[in-house]
Amino acid sequence: MDIKEITILGGIGKNGEKELLDTVSLKMGDVISIVGPTGSGKTALINDIELFANRNTPSKRKILINGTLPPDEFTTDPSKNPIALITQHTNFLSDLPVHQFLTIHAKIRGAGRSETIVNETLEFANQLTGEPINEHCAMTELSGGQTRSLLIADAVIIGNSPIILLDEIENAGIHRTKAIELLKQYKKIFIFVTHDPRIALLSDFRVCMKNGSMQSLIVTDREEKKAAEEIKKLDDLMLEFRTAIRAGGHITFKGLEERLKALGYVV
Amino acid sequence: MKVIVCAGPPTSGKTTVLKQVSKILKEKGHRLAYLKIDVQFANEDILFKKEFDIPTKKVYSGDLCPDHCNVVVLGDAIKWAAEEKADILIVETAGLCLRCSPYIERSLGIVVLEATSGMNLPRKIGPMLTLADVAVVTKIDLVSQAEREVFRANVNEAAKHVAVVETDALHGINIGHLVTRIERTQDISAPLLLRGNPPVGTCTICVGKKEIGKEAHFGVLRTLETDIFYRGE
Repeated sequence: MDIKEITILGGIGKNGEKELLDTVSLKMGDVISIVGPTGSGKTALINDIELFANRNTPSKRKILINGTLPPDEFTTDPSKNPIALITQHTNFLSDLPVHQFLTIHAKIRGAGRSETIVNETLEFANQLTGEPINEHCAMTELSGGQTRSLLIADAVIIGNSPIILLDEIENAGIHRTKAIELLKQYKKIFIFVTHDPRIALLSDFRVCMKNGSMQSLIVTDREEKKAAEEIKKLDDLMLEFRTAIRAGGHITFKGLEERLKALGYVV
Repeated sequence: MKVIVCAGPPTSGKTTVLKQVSKILKEKGHRLAYLKIDVQFANEDILFKKEFDIPTKKVYSGDLCPDHCNVVVLGDAIKWAAEEKADILIVETAGLCLRCSPYIERSLGIVVLEATSGMNLPRKIGPMLTLADVAVVTKIDLVSQAEREVFRANVNEAAKHVAVVETDALHGINIGHLVTRIERTQDISAPLLLRGNPPVGTCTICVGKKEIGKEAHFGVLRTLETDIFYRGE
C-alpha cells in the first residue's frame, strides 16, 4: 500500500475533555515533533498511531491512513505494518548473532539481496554509534546506543517502513544530529517525541501536548528557523565539550571563552 | 456448544488473553462457562466468576499429569457446561507439557506464547504449538518489530497452518481477531477425541517412585547410551 497521508482524529484528554486539536494530518515526507512536559501524553500519542487506534484506546483517538481506516493486515501481520516505533524501552531479546538475525529479517521481508542489505543496515547503524557493532556478537550484548542504532537502521533499510516513530532519540545514546541528517535522505514520515529544541526546530511542525491532549500545532516559521541556526551552533559547542570529556580531556574556562568568542558571543 | 482449549507456558498470559476474550464475548451476548485445570494452585475460577459472573470450575491435577487430567475430566466438564446452558466453554489448561497437547477435535486450540521468550521457543514446544489452531503472541509491546516478525516466521516454520495473533493483552490490542476465530469455531460433537497422540502415559516416576536410575524403574526405560527398551510383564 502506498502511504500518502496519516491523519490523527482527536479524542479526549486525561480529564475527559475534548482535545483542542481535532485533526492533525501528516503527509509523506513530513518531519514532525511531539513536544510537551513529562506526563503530558506524548508517548500515548505515538502509541495510538502505532496501534492504529480506532476510538479503542484511553484517548479515544482515531487514526486514518490515506483518509480511510487502515486494513486489518497492518495489525495482523507485522511485515505489512507501515509503522516502525522505536521507543526508549524497545530492546532486543534475541540472542542470535547480529548478522544472522538481520539476514533472517531481510529474508522474511523479501528485502532484496540479503547480503547487500544487511551490510547496508550495519553501515547505517555504525554511523550513529560510538563504538561500531560487532556483527558476530549476540543482539542482547549490544549497548543501549548500539541497540537503538540498529533498531533505527533495521526499520529504515530492512523494514523499509514508510512511517517511523522515534521516542526521545536524544536519550538514545546515539549521534542524534547525524541520525536526523541520515534519516532525512529517506522520504518517509518521521515523528519525533522530543524535549530537544534542535530536533523540534528541525521539524516541519510540532504538536504540543498538555494533560494528555493535543493543544496546538506550531509550524516552524522563518523566525524560528533563524533562531534554530544559532541554537545549532550552541548545541554543536555542547557536543564538542561532551566529546572532549568522553575522550578523557580536560575542560578550561579559557577554552570555553575562546569558543564562545569565535561564535560571536561576548563573554 | 463451542469448546475453546487454551495452552501455553506458565506466565505467558493465557489468563489475560482469555479475560479480554471473555469480556468481548460476554458483551456480544454469549453465555460462557470457564474451567481451569492446574497442578497445585489456581484462583482464576474465582477471578472469572467475579469479573464476568459466569459459571466457573477448577480442577487440580495434583499427582496426575495435567494434560492427562484434562482428558479424564473434559467429558464431564462439557456436560456441566451444557447443563449451565453455556454456548462457549473456555478451558484454560496448566499448559506446561511440551510432549502432549490438550486440544480436542472440533475445539479451537489456542496456544499463548510470549514474544519475549526467545526466538527458538516455537521450535521447542512441539504439539502444544503444532496441534493448535491459533498462536497468540503476547507482550509484543516489549520487543522490537523486527523480532516480532522473526518470531512469527519461526512460529509458522514450526507450524505452517497455525494462525498468528499478536497482542498486548493487557490493553486488549488485536483481541478482536481472536474473538472472530472463536465465533467461527464449529460446535463440539461426539465422538470427543484428543487431537494428537500423547506420549507414554503412565510411568513409575509419574506415580511416585522417586529413585534415580533405571534400576529402580520398570516399563519403558533407556540407558544413557542405548535406545529405549521395555522391562516388566
